[in-house]
Amino acid sequence: MKPASKIYTALIMIFLFAPIVVLLIFSFNESKSLSVFSGFSLHWYEELFHDFDTLKALKNTLVLAVCASVISTITGTAAAVGITKMRNKYLKATLNTVTNIPMINPDIITGISLMLMFVFVGRLFGAATSLNFATMLISHITFCLPYVILQVLPKLQQMDKALPEAAMDLGCTPVKAFFKVIIPEIMPGIVTGMIMAFTLSLDDFVISYFTSGNGFQTLPIRIYSMTKKTVTPKMYALATLIFFVILVLLLISNLSDSSGDETIKEAKHRRKMKKSATEAAN
Amino acid sequence: MKKIIELKNVSKSFDGEVVLDHINLDIYDNEFLTLLGPSGCGKTTTLRIIGGFENADEGDIVFMGENINDMPPYKRNINTVFQRYALFPHLNVYENVAFPLREKKEKKSEIDRKVKEMLNLVALSGFERRSVTSLSGGQQQRVAIARALVSNPKVLLLDEPLAALDLKLRKDMQQELKKIQKATGITFVFVTHDQEEALSMSDTVVVMAEGKIQQIGTPIDIYNEPENAFVADFIGESNIVDGIMLEDKKVSFSGHIFDCVDYGFKKREPVDVVIRPEDVDIVPEEKGMLKGVVTSVTFLGVHYEIIVDIDGFKWMIQTTDFVDVDEHIGLYIEPDAIHIMHKSQYSGMFGDYSSFSNELDELSDAEMEIEE
Amino acid sequence: MKSSNSISKRDRIVRRLTLAPYSIWSVLFIVVPLLFVAYYAFTDRNFNFTFDNVSRFFTATTSIMDKNGMPKEVHTYLVIFTRSLRLAIISTLICLLLGYPLAYIISRAHEKTQKIIITLIMIPMWMNFLIRTYAWMTILQDAGIINRILGHIGIKPIKIIGTEAAVVIGMVYDYFPYMVLPIYSIMAKMDNKLIEAAKDLGCNGAGVLRRVVWPLSLPGVISGVTMVLIPSISTFYISQKLGYGKFYLIGDAIEGQYAANNLHFAAAIAFILMVILLAAMVFMQSYANKKTCA
Repeated sequence: MKPASKIYTALIMIFLFAPIVVLLIFSFNESKSLSVFSGFSLHWYEELFHDFDTLKALKNTLVLAVCASVISTITGTAAAVGITKMRNKYLKATLNTVTNIPMINPDIITGISLMLMFVFVGRLFGAATSLNFATMLISHITFCLPYVILQVLPKLQQMDKALPEAAMDLGCTPVKAFFKVIIPEIMPGIVTGMIMAFTLSLDDFVISYFTSGNGFQTLPIRIYSMTKKTVTPKMYALATLIFFVILVLLLISNLSDSSGDETIKEAKHRRKMKKSATEAAN
Repeated sequence: MKKIIELKNVSKSFDGEVVLDHINLDIYDNEFLTLLGPSGCGKTTTLRIIGGFENADEGDIVFMGENINDMPPYKRNINTVFQRYALFPHLNVYENVAFPLREKKEKKSEIDRKVKEMLNLVALSGFERRSVTSLSGGQQQRVAIARALVSNPKVLLLDEPLAALDLKLRKDMQQELKKIQKATGITFVFVTHDQEEALSMSDTVVVMAEGKIQQIGTPIDIYNEPENAFVADFIGESNIVDGIMLEDKKVSFSGHIFDCVDYGFKKREPVDVVIRPEDVDIVPEEKGMLKGVVTSVTFLGVHYEIIVDIDGFKWMIQTTDFVDVDEHIGLYIEPDAIHIMHKSQYSGMFGDYSSFSNELDELSDAEMEIEE
Repeated sequence: MKSSNSISKRDRIVRRLTLAPYSIWSVLFIVVPLLFVAYYAFTDRNFNFTFDNVSRFFTATTSIMDKNGMPKEVHTYLVIFTRSLRLAIISTLICLLLGYPLAYIISRAHEKTQKIIITLIMIPMWMNFLIRTYAWMTILQDAGIINRILGHIGIKPIKIIGTEAAVVIGMVYDYFPYMVLPIYSIMAKMDNKLIEAAKDLGCNGAGVLRRVVWPLSLPGVISGVTMVLIPSISTFYISQKLGYGKFYLIGDAIEGQYAANNLHFAAAIAFILMVILLAAMVFMQSYANKKTCA
């Protein structure tokens, strides 16, 4: 990189990390202030671990994220398999468009639309509050699904169509061929899709805000209600902890990414083979 | 010899386009049979129907006397070597070869013995733990063959298995495949668009075009006695001219009456006459049965390839004698160099070298390859 | 003849089994909810058909003070909408101006460096956006970190928080990665030889950018613009915190009506926003298609 490029990149990095650094530092502040650092202390972390509402919200968030990511990964992978087998062009295009809606639509509209439906259906059944864990889970699965499909679909399309045929040729039933050959081939996509779904669910505020009931609070919603009042460094301590958990997750997904790198290498290798095939044919 | 596979009246279309048109084919035990033809002739579809990856729209597939129309691939005692090998990238060499044995839940020691034996057969001993993606094309090819043979199938289907290899390796693999076939005694059904490959390896060659079988025969039959203009042109180089059969062993073409060895045609029947470029002798103009002007000369190492204009029809002649462009020469043709064929739908489409160019030929070949 | 279908029949069964759960799900929870938005938008509290909600968006007025301190009547929601649009467009342009060169720099860097910088850009995205935004508030406050630093070097404090500038800073900060990543991923695929070829054919640096790099990166730019514009036009938290709630945006309007339990009017605003975004998207797509075809 040229020096000018380096300086430019560095400036942008400063911009991107300024609030995060501020947040990390002030989580250790002795006093209540978020702009004057008066001394190092772990006081706010201590307080955080005694804040039962926050801890409960954390548990809720994790339960929700695990359920949403597992269900959306299974359904989404199956859907991706079905989509690659679809013959009807128009149906395929329609399904793709519907899949894109939650990704393109502003979160606020996705949230409002689901909320309206839940409220309406709840009223039909005479429920006083129709928003609860189930409605949130449905919402989270809904916005996670497209991301899973988006990760798995290209892996299926890149896969050599002869692989499942070869497995059947060598004695596998179609179901066995799916689990023994196709699943291992598209595994990097499934893992990335699942991690994405998990982090998206973990981080979501807007859709959760509209579809959560009084009884079920997730961490982002808890944070929202905390920032409505005066904020203490306790929230920063919470953010710092979440941040490091996510960093660890990123590290893990990076490790699975390096196996993804291998699939890229394989693809390159295959392309090379294909090229030499056409060359040999000439 | 015992029939092992019979295709009876098999037809197949994709999206309304006929790919196979009432094919009848018997495949015998222990033979090396090659399906030869240009892209889109239906050879790969035939193979996929035998393998069980496609269902025929019409007709029957009989395997050792049993109708297998509805039998899925995993129940057929027939294995396939796929075009780009289809090795499982998540398994190493050993596990790829062991795949069908593990499916049959064979004993560990049995699996080990068979895999080692197979890897030995394809000269890949010592490669057991290697990742298949780290292998060269030729090595991948060998793993694919070992994997297909390890469960001892009755028939091995090979779908253009050598297309991805470079020329030198390809020649070696041709020898090796032939050797493996002899050693194992398994029936090989081989698909290729390369006529040289087909002639050098096969016991029986099946020439296909436009979803139909054009000719079935030994390589020598196919080369020397082509059924029609398509086969004559597709296998080797041919000059194909219009002729009239005057009587048994007498044919007239290019304004001259020739002695030949063919008989059994109707009197004055219009026919296609095939003369291979290497069967024409160049003589001084006054001694020639036909007279013409040389329009181009190409040096090809073992011989020259020259194009001669005879009354507007361009002949190709291969000769070791040097002639110059614009030279007037005479041509002499032995009676047994003349091969007579009945007229067919392919008459007049092939065998004139007026627009001949090696490069053009290869270009169109390459295009076909990509389409497939 | 029955044999001719056993493979296609199997395929059909697989297709149905794998697609059914997702198809049903996406109809129930993507398509139907959007229909509910329209339904609520055109009904009153008793679910009788009405245009009132939609027309309220276009006709409701508020009186504000103009520059000279005189009271003035304005169309409440139209003002809010144009403000949202303006701030979103400004933020998007700033993201593009800052992000495009960055994406180019990264894409031409060493492969390892590329990976590191991209990871660095993504890390802030994983920090909860409410907290990120709140941290900016403490930085930009009147007695915040920036003004303290300025005070130390003897410069008078500046007023940032509670201005439109603060809202824009928040939007740029929150959505910047969405601009960089798609542009980068397109540029990373771009072969260096193309640039060399352009230079070989007589392009100077600027010419290479204008005639080769920019047209090739256009799909990335379009998806980057979409991915920044849409969330910034519909945000409601940033404006509340960094704008001190003085610059009501369209998202704030929807959230406000929801909080006040005016579901039908909230739905009407959401419906109008959706229609406008859909029209914009169709327009952008056709523009993109035209560009990439030419």
